[in-house]
Amino acid sequence: MALLQISEPGESPAPHQRRLAVGIDLGTTHSLVASVRSSVAEVLPDEAGRHLVPSAVLYKAGGTALIGSEALAQQAQYPLDTLVSVKRLMGRSYEDALASGMPFNFVPDSQSVKIHTQHAVVSPVEVASKILEKLRFLAEGTLGDELVGAVITVPAYFDDAQRQATRDAARLAGLNVLRLLNEPTAAAIAYGLDHGSEGLYAVFDLGGGTFDVSLLKLTRGVFEVVATGGDTALGGDDFDAALADYFVGVHCLNDLDHAARRALLSASRRLREALTDNASHTETLMLGAAKIDLSLTRVAFEALAQSLVERTLACARQVLKDAGLTVKDVQGVVMVGGATRMPVVQAAVQTLFAKTPLTDLDPDQVVALGAALQANLLAGNRNPGEDWLLLDVTPLTLGLETMGGLVEHIIPRNSTIPVARAQEFTTFKDGQTALAVHVVQGERDLVADCRSLARFELRGIPPMVAGAARIRVTFQVDADGLLSVTAREQGSGVEASVTVKPSYGLTDDEVSKMLSDSMTLADHDAKMRMLREQQVDAQQLIESVVAALAADSDLLSAAQQTRIAQQLQATQLCAQGDDIDAIRLATKALSEVTDDFAAQRMDRSIRAALKGKSLNEL
Amino acid sequence: MNATDHFALFDLPRTFALDAAQLEAAWKHVAQAVHPDRFATRSAPERRVAMQWSAQANEAYRVLKQPLLRARYLCELAGVDLQTETNTAMAPEFLVQQMSWHEQLDECLEQPDNVRARESLAKEIELALAQCQQAVSQALDTQQFTQAAHRIREWMFLDKLTTQLQTIEV
Repeated sequence: MALLQISEPGESPAPHQRRLAVGIDLGTTHSLVASVRSSVAEVLPDEAGRHLVPSAVLYKAGGTALIGSEALAQQAQYPLDTLVSVKRLMGRSYEDALASGMPFNFVPDSQSVKIHTQHAVVSPVEVASKILEKLRFLAEGTLGDELVGAVITVPAYFDDAQRQATRDAARLAGLNVLRLLNEPTAAAIAYGLDHGSEGLYAVFDLGGGTFDVSLLKLTRGVFEVVATGGDTALGGDDFDAALADYFVGVHCLNDLDHAARRALLSASRRLREALTDNASHTETLMLGAAKIDLSLTRVAFEALAQSLVERTLACARQVLKDAGLTVKDVQGVVMVGGATRMPVVQAAVQTLFAKTPLTDLDPDQVVALGAALQANLLAGNRNPGEDWLLLDVTPLTLGLETMGGLVEHIIPRNSTIPVARAQEFTTFKDGQTALAVHVVQGERDLVADCRSLARFELRGIPPMVAGAARIRVTFQVDADGLLSVTAREQGSGVEASVTVKPSYGLTDDEVSKMLSDSMTLADHDAKMRMLREQQVDAQQLIESVVAALAADSDLLSAAQQTRIAQQLQATQLCAQGDDIDAIRLATKALSEVTDDFAAQRMDRSIRAALKGKSLNEL
Repeated sequence: MNATDHFALFDLPRTFALDAAQLEAAWKHVAQAVHPDRFATRSAPERRVAMQWSAQANEAYRVLKQPLLRARYLCELAGVDLQTETNTAMAPEFLVQQMSWHEQLDECLEQPDNVRARESLAKEIELALAQCQQAVSQALDTQQFTQAAHRIREWMFLDKLTTQLQTIEV
């Protein structure tokens, strides 16, 4: 829906127009929703006062699903139907899922994966959307109104497919995604605003299943990410698995079934957490009638954990090197993620950076708090002078396949986003009329070592001798870190493009269908609500088009003005009726016919803003 | 939609000499005004326009921040093609010097432990780079773009050599 109102940038709405927006940390082991209330960011508790919603979904007979603690409570009984840690499967293939070692029944689904449970076959995106939906209900219930949008956090090191999957899950949960925000950046916002810090900060984020490290330069009002790195398959879960493997050896626990393996992992996790505050600990594992004591000292655990800790340190060193900086340049280290509570991790970070890491914000909450602050900013609830600018980067290099399976790098990692970069290519054979474009992500020089993101073809190139065609391929990464690619033959103007939404992503049509499928269950009240919403949308658009025409009609030709006026009238007429679909289509038609006008007005407004302010005013 | 050159976007004079702090401040100033975060609840076409402006601001900063890219960009604005792929003509003395450096580089590659040889070569190239930059700067300031383009090609060569030398140390 096009909202054509152009208010001055930074102009803040009156208090009664305050728009509700939340930050959501969609975590591997648990998820949180936070919001800014009375200018303070806080995590919203559920009806039982809990802040953390376990990222677990249990599919029951009859299409119902239990989410969060209720699901986890029955995990022992239904180990294969209680889906946990699905974040590790977002945007991943069947092969990736098998390699993850997760104890679920996976089935291939074209190039992505589904999970087979007793009562449902679901994709990781659908499971994540259940969790997000629960958080949306929680937020709307607590805040007392509908949300204008949400900022969802993702590991900085998530690739394009993983980001797309996360955004799809949010849309499926009925959330308007204001922004996908990198987790370490969110943490930096929470810390930076809290401490009024300036200088270079490292964010060390070890979550349940992912690890990120980011370097940020904080100056007054600007959070600039300098470099980022990490491992999307390294987290607290891996420490649990290392412990479990150790006990399998000690207690000869080979041939455990899924349920027993799950119980062993849970016991290992409880043991690991207990060792944070105790020098030694014993957990009891019940395997059927057998009772096994799992005992370990912290010293022994730390020896088992050493190689995992070393992997995190290697990432941190690489990020410093990428940025051309050393540990001496770092003024502070922020710890994020429950797994950073482990003393062995804190000690290693302290040794590497020669500084005591900052832990005064709850490492489980800090990401959600930062996301809430950003959501509040994006919703337009802050006054000029109270706002800040976030400059994030691409985590991985983006490129194209060229002859011989080699990668031509187009956008190097750690480029500030949004970014657009173009490169020219040519044809290889005489008379070649099509060009295959294969988009890849990764640091290596061979296509085979990189992640394939998308393939598309530019067809209809006029036949020329080899090397004569000039094909300009443009890569564009938006503020969410999502990529789109366009190819254009310069002589003929033939064009092809793709929003990189590979095998893993859902198309807009698929999302609408999944949403309308769930709507068929809805009752009369929901229908009425939809009608009202649709009418309000139409009315808002009509009013803003009228205002835009009054202000800037000089941007339009007479023919364009006539076309817009006609559609305006048609939409006005339609909006008075009660046919939901007709109103939606008429609103969409008006929005489409005014798209270029909206873009031109925006361009004019930005030009005026740039011209109007000189640097001296800063 | 936004056809404005990088210097004009940042309201900076079109010169090679540039104050890094001033450039960074100008970038952040423009980025703040055009970033899509300011327009997160606007319509898709409006957000797209903001993204395009924002991408240009980031690209402008990247190009102007690095002296070599900045010099190349100034030539481009003046309509002088660097012909990096077709024109390999260089001054004879530079070519002789270039061959000698390549031989030294090969020796360094063969003997990665010979730190002294590497450091002395690095120092020599560093000096040549400084001289080259000085010449480019002068040529650009006096609008002698063809002369500048000529020295920029030497600069690019020295730049590549430096990168190759640095990879040994890893």
